[in-house]
Amino acid sequence: MRFFIEGVGLLGPGLDGWWASRAVLAGDTAYCAAPTNLRASDMLPAAERRRVGVPIKLALAVGQEAFLQSGLDTRTSATVFTSSGGDNDNVHAINSILATAPREVSPTRFHNSVHNAAAGYWCIAVESREPSTSLCAYDASFAAGLLESATQVTVDNAVVALIAYDHSYPEPLNAVRSITTAFGMAIILSPRQSDSSLAAIEVDFVPGRMDETTMKETGLEALRCGVPAARGLPLLSALASGKCAQINIACFYDNHLSIRVTPC
Amino acid sequence: MIKFKRKYIAHFVNFSVLENLQPLAISHATIVNSLGLGLLATLESLRTRRSGLVPCTFENVDLETYVATVEALDGYHVRTDLYAYDCRNNRLAQLCLEQDGFAQAVAVAKYKYSAGRIGVFLGTSTSGILQAELAYRHLDQKTGALPLDFHYAETQNSYSLAGFVSRYLGLTGPSFVVSSACSSSAKVFANAVRMMAAGVCDAAVVGGVDSLCLSTLYGFNSLGLASRFPCRPYDAERDGISVGEGAGFVLIERATAENSSNAMFLLGIGESSDAHHMSTPHPEGLGAKLAMQRALNSAGLQASEIDYINLHGTATRSNDTSEGKAVADIFGDKVACSSTKGWTGHLLGAAGITEAIIAMLAVEHGFVPGSVNTQQLDPAMTIDYRIENSKAKIDRVLSNSFGFGGSNCSLVLGRKA
Repeated sequence: MRFFIEGVGLLGPGLDGWWASRAVLAGDTAYCAAPTNLRASDMLPAAERRRVGVPIKLALAVGQEAFLQSGLDTRTSATVFTSSGGDNDNVHAINSILATAPREVSPTRFHNSVHNAAAGYWCIAVESREPSTSLCAYDASFAAGLLESATQVTVDNAVVALIAYDHSYPEPLNAVRSITTAFGMAIILSPRQSDSSLAAIEVDFVPGRMDETTMKETGLEALRCGVPAARGLPLLSALASGKCAQINIACFYDNHLSIRVTPC
Repeated sequence: MIKFKRKYIAHFVNFSVLENLQPLAISHATIVNSLGLGLLATLESLRTRRSGLVPCTFENVDLETYVATVEALDGYHVRTDLYAYDCRNNRLAQLCLEQDGFAQAVAVAKYKYSAGRIGVFLGTSTSGILQAELAYRHLDQKTGALPLDFHYAETQNSYSLAGFVSRYLGLTGPSFVVSSACSSSAKVFANAVRMMAAGVCDAAVVGGVDSLCLSTLYGFNSLGLASRFPCRPYDAERDGISVGEGAGFVLIERATAENSSNAMFLLGIGESSDAHHMSTPHPEGLGAKLAMQRALNSAGLQASEIDYINLHGTATRSNDTSEGKAVADIFGDKVACSSTKGWTGHLLGAAGITEAIIAMLAVEHGFVPGSVNTQQLDPAMTIDYRIENSKAKIDRVLSNSFGFGGSNCSLVLGRKA
């Protein structure tokens, strides 16, 4: 499956946007970890900005950044959202509320608890009636999202935005599912090359296990291993360095994605 | 001529529909819900108009509402080698895989294609969250820790379902879960189509499972969307949903010359988003209309070529009003429609697959299911909504699934023209 990358969005610890992080990802500047600069998105009405949780902040921020670069229309692009957990703070809160009487789950809590909440807010904010899907494949959630996006762009001939995000659970769930920090990334995939194209990508789904491509910098490697959505960092690293690269990303133990990056 | 026109349009409009879908064979199906175990149990209940809805006595839920439960889950557990996955949702998945010779059909397909060439794409809204809800009642009093027998990855995580089903069936192909609320297990058909078209796999197990949990019961109650009565789709007095649990799976393969004239096919799919509100559908049904129109385009069919529509028909005021308008805009009052949620309840992440299978039963057995519990059709509806069952020759059906977040999917299923 072959396509072009038209824009990138990034928000993670010490990675405050794609442009600000390019030199770090290319290995030209030292990586300094810092708390993820979460901010309420100006895409949402003021009343909703305060109410939305971390995943929606991550998803909207990286999606918006990627689209601004690409110059493509958010209203006519399909979207693929992928996350291992969804809104983990909200799930913890609902579990806690349901464990003791009175079980008063607020309506907003409930509708924000669906795995596709970020997709819903995105489509409302950008007025997109195009198809949107929301995936989960535990630690392989990024790979699943990339695979699904690649099939959409090649089979449907559509522009697709892939938006991946994850954040930590509070205790006690953190003890049984460690996600080290809040991290989101987005890439815009297009079947057509344009002036904005960063690279041509070829993706193959390959049976069998293969050593994953790692990050050279130890802090970034810890981030890649610590957050399912950050399994896409080697792809961003290749895009940042502007060199041809071959990347492997695991799909559990059985399969992997083989990705070839050729800068435009 | 029509085909040429559609292709022509596709150059200008970048919709991500599966234009000119090559029909795929649905070679096997299985279903479990409150109506019973297997296809025949559901068929029999549809024919005899026996609803599965009962007053809620689930867990220690203190809500006055009706639910549709799978009684066979009492005392049932998953296969011992997969014990870490043991939770209500995966038990329901396994119970369903054991019906209708489905697991055996997959074993044959595995021999034909190999384990790595069969994908697993499943929908669920809440997966094994009940396991976490129960675990939170038993946190360690000193440390606040979860009980040691709580297995997060294998139960609570949304992917748990696809992980469990892949292992149960011994499949190693691509797998993920789609969790887009109540459209989840309709949308997975589109994932399978694309994966097969892209050559990632040769066949796919597609379906969905959702099981009762406190999150959905109390959640829908908080939104004022859970009825105190058995749900009454499209009724003038309808006042909300009845939550149900259920599972369904189909095996999708490429069509071949050997498919019989009665073989069932996936003919078209349309996906769209509402871009309107998180928990209320677009009042004019714009997203719903787009999904249905795209499904027809993808099947290369006119509205008049559909013989029956299985509506999303949740029995909330807003869903049925907006869906009714959207259907009327495209189909007028020319196509028989009904919601079967009066029988099954709203199966949420399993609604899409369950109703796709019910729609195929209608084709196979030549009948239009009506709508149990619906007493008085809402007079504002201008569609051919059927309350009573009837016999009819049905070749092609449309099945609607719409979810929170404004996620819509319509499927066209039936015999090839």
